[in-house]
Amino acid sequence: MLTTSPAFKQNATTALADAGLQKALANAKAGFMQKRARAVAALPEFEALRDLGRDIKNHTIAHLDFYLDTYARNVEAEGGKVHWCETADDARRAVVEICRSVGARTVTKGKSMIGEELGINEHLEAAGIEPIETDLGEYIIQLRKEPPSHIIAPAFHLNREDWIEAFREKHTELAPGRVLDERKTLIDEARTILRSRFLAADVGITGANMLIAETGSSVIVTNEGNGDLTQTLPKVHIVLASIEKVVPTLEDACTILRLLARSATGQDFSTYTTFSTGPRRAPDLDGPAEYHVILLDNGRTSMIGTEFQEMLRCIRCAACMNHCPVYGAVGGHAYGWVYPGPMGSVLTPSLIGVDKAGHLPNASTFCGKCESVCPMKIPLPKMMRHWREREFERHLSPSAARFGLGVWAWFARRPWAYRLATRIGAGTLGFAGRKRGRFGSLPLAGGWTGGRDMPAPEGETFQARYARLRKQGLV
Amino acid sequence: MRHTPPRVALFATCLVDLYRPTVGFAAIKLLKEAGCTVVVPEGQTCCGQPAYNSGDKADAQDIARSVIALLEPYDYVVVPSGSCGGMIREQYAALFAADPEWKLRAERLGARTFELVSFLVDVMGMTGVEARYEGMATYHDSCSGLRELGIKGQPRALLATVAGLTLAEMEDAEVCCGFGGTFCVKYPDISVRMVSDKVERIRATGADTLLAGDLGCLLNMAGRLQRLGHTVRVRHVAEVLAGMTDAVPPIGEGQARQGGAR
Ligand code: SF4
Repeated sequence: MLTTSPAFKQNATTALADAGLQKALANAKAGFMQKRARAVAALPEFEALRDLGRDIKNHTIAHLDFYLDTYARNVEAEGGKVHWCETADDARRAVVEICRSVGARTVTKGKSMIGEELGINEHLEAAGIEPIETDLGEYIIQLRKEPPSHIIAPAFHLNREDWIEAFREKHTELAPGRVLDERKTLIDEARTILRSRFLAADVGITGANMLIAETGSSVIVTNEGNGDLTQTLPKVHIVLASIEKVVPTLEDACTILRLLARSATGQDFSTYTTFSTGPRRAPDLDGPAEYHVILLDNGRTSMIGTEFQEMLRCIRCAACMNHCPVYGAVGGHAYGWVYPGPMGSVLTPSLIGVDKAGHLPNASTFCGKCESVCPMKIPLPKMMRHWREREFERHLSPSAARFGLGVWAWFARRPWAYRLATRIGAGTLGFAGRKRGRFGSLPLAGGWTGGRDMPAPEGETFQARYARLRKQGLV
Repeated sequence: MRHTPPRVALFATCLVDLYRPTVGFAAIKLLKEAGCTVVVPEGQTCCGQPAYNSGDKADAQDIARSVIALLEPYDYVVVPSGSCGGMIREQYAALFAADPEWKLRAERLGARTFELVSFLVDVMGMTGVEARYEGMATYHDSCSGLRELGIKGQPRALLATVAGLTLAEMEDAEVCCGFGGTFCVKYPDISVRMVSDKVERIRATGADTLLAGDLGCLLNMAGRLQRLGHTVRVRHVAEVLAGMTDAVPPIGEGQARQGGAR
């Protein structure tokens, strides 16, 4: 996928002025936060579960080679095939080859962020294979030819009007005068259209919420059941998964599932949780004849052993973005690549380079809300700060900012100079602003005064006044 | 059992030093009322957060070293800000992860460093104040204080004992106001949007006064309230708790509104 992350600032400004987007964001956000809060409050051991989840993932990542190996062996023992793919290119090639090997013309798809990372739909199309998204959110954005704006709710940025408009425009085979104003009628219409596509597909591609080393299974959770039809009806099932999705045992997977749905949608459990282990066996009533796993690295192993290793614990629940005031203000597209919100601000620079994605870890107030809701206790603000350190070391931060910071640090290290400068500064501003108490504009402060007045200081610095009063014996 | 009063170093923070000295004096008054001996160590500047949060680790470490050396001799360090208090308490040690000697010194100082209001309540056991303030106030929970230091009940407990004051909780009191240090000038559009949301929440309470424990957030919220022409009075919580609201007009208000120069 191409990135517009370097233009984050402009993207954000555009997003803030987009009334439709703002309406959609406001509607979607509140619901997610309330539902999570309720689900967490109803489970007294939630905090303990977070610790457990964190420990499971830390252990797995510390022994990643072992668990991946075990996983792959167990997949093959069950008759599946694992494709080790170091780069996105390797993965795309593998997917297209599998599709070609069975002469696939259409491919149904469950929701997969790895699919987005690979830009797999464009690649399939280029190879003459038609991809059909079966998750409702993914389906609508495929109709609209745009990327998802959220990792679990791809159409987070859309309003019902947008759905109606897209359906009327694209479903030309249906009566133009039909009534489409309710959520249910929209879902029914999408289901009708998709049903025939499910039956016609030669290959089904899904993501994986987890891979279980012990059993060689892949796990998906959905609320629509589309994933099950995608992976059981066609002849071939391809699982797209990145390497950090592996967990040691079935029990570990269940622990993480308890955290996942509550953190994501506030459900105790998602409507459908499906474990797939290998292709169809002789006595099975359904299932694919071939089962492939695309195991993607794409930069993840290079995070191991760095200050970003903990990011590999992420289970893609989206709690961080659902609770992020910056995400809530600008939406997911502004971030400019696959992963938005706080988790994207840490992960994107790792995967596409901090030179391109440098804005993302900077566009945070470090309010800490994301870390406080993350089921895996990932210290997201700390890692954003590490990106800022890397940028600073590599002189990627803007030179005006570096200069200003340098001047400030020079003063902060020299109390006498600091005292002098603050006295003059506070005195001048205090004198100039003493009547009105604030400024509507100030030289060099446009960033502040564009939308805010600048309160005037009292006039004398604290330390100067303290010294004066102390001399007079008044404090 | 403590027989001698604790010697407390007040670290005023650069924003209080430059913008709002009254907060420093309010802190001194409250600490004395709580039974502390207060010292304002000479030569204090800033805790180093601007450098730290901009990725300039070397400068942040330099500044941290001088702050540690300056404040080490005291029983406690008290800071009238959750974010600067959190910087010294939680982040200094992280800055010296690779330097065992300074890490130890940072940890020892961090363990004795507190934000003002939580220090008064949690350490000194203060349960009430002798102050009067006429008005209905709403309290914004600044992020670092809330999530890094667990400050939530302490200011409310003390405010409940201020005569004449009623407290009206705003919705989303725990949501960031959009200040974020350099964030507010680096991403002004997003920041202004966040503070505008905050202003709506404040206004919805009908409160005539906005209080918080961090000057950065207060300047941000006052600036937006006033740009939009709202007359909510904005003050640092310490000013109200110390009964020092007559000493200075609300943040961003001129002397004109308070009825002449003092
Ligand atoms: S970083 Fe944490 S909160 Fe965000 S998606 Fe990953 S697991 Fe969920």
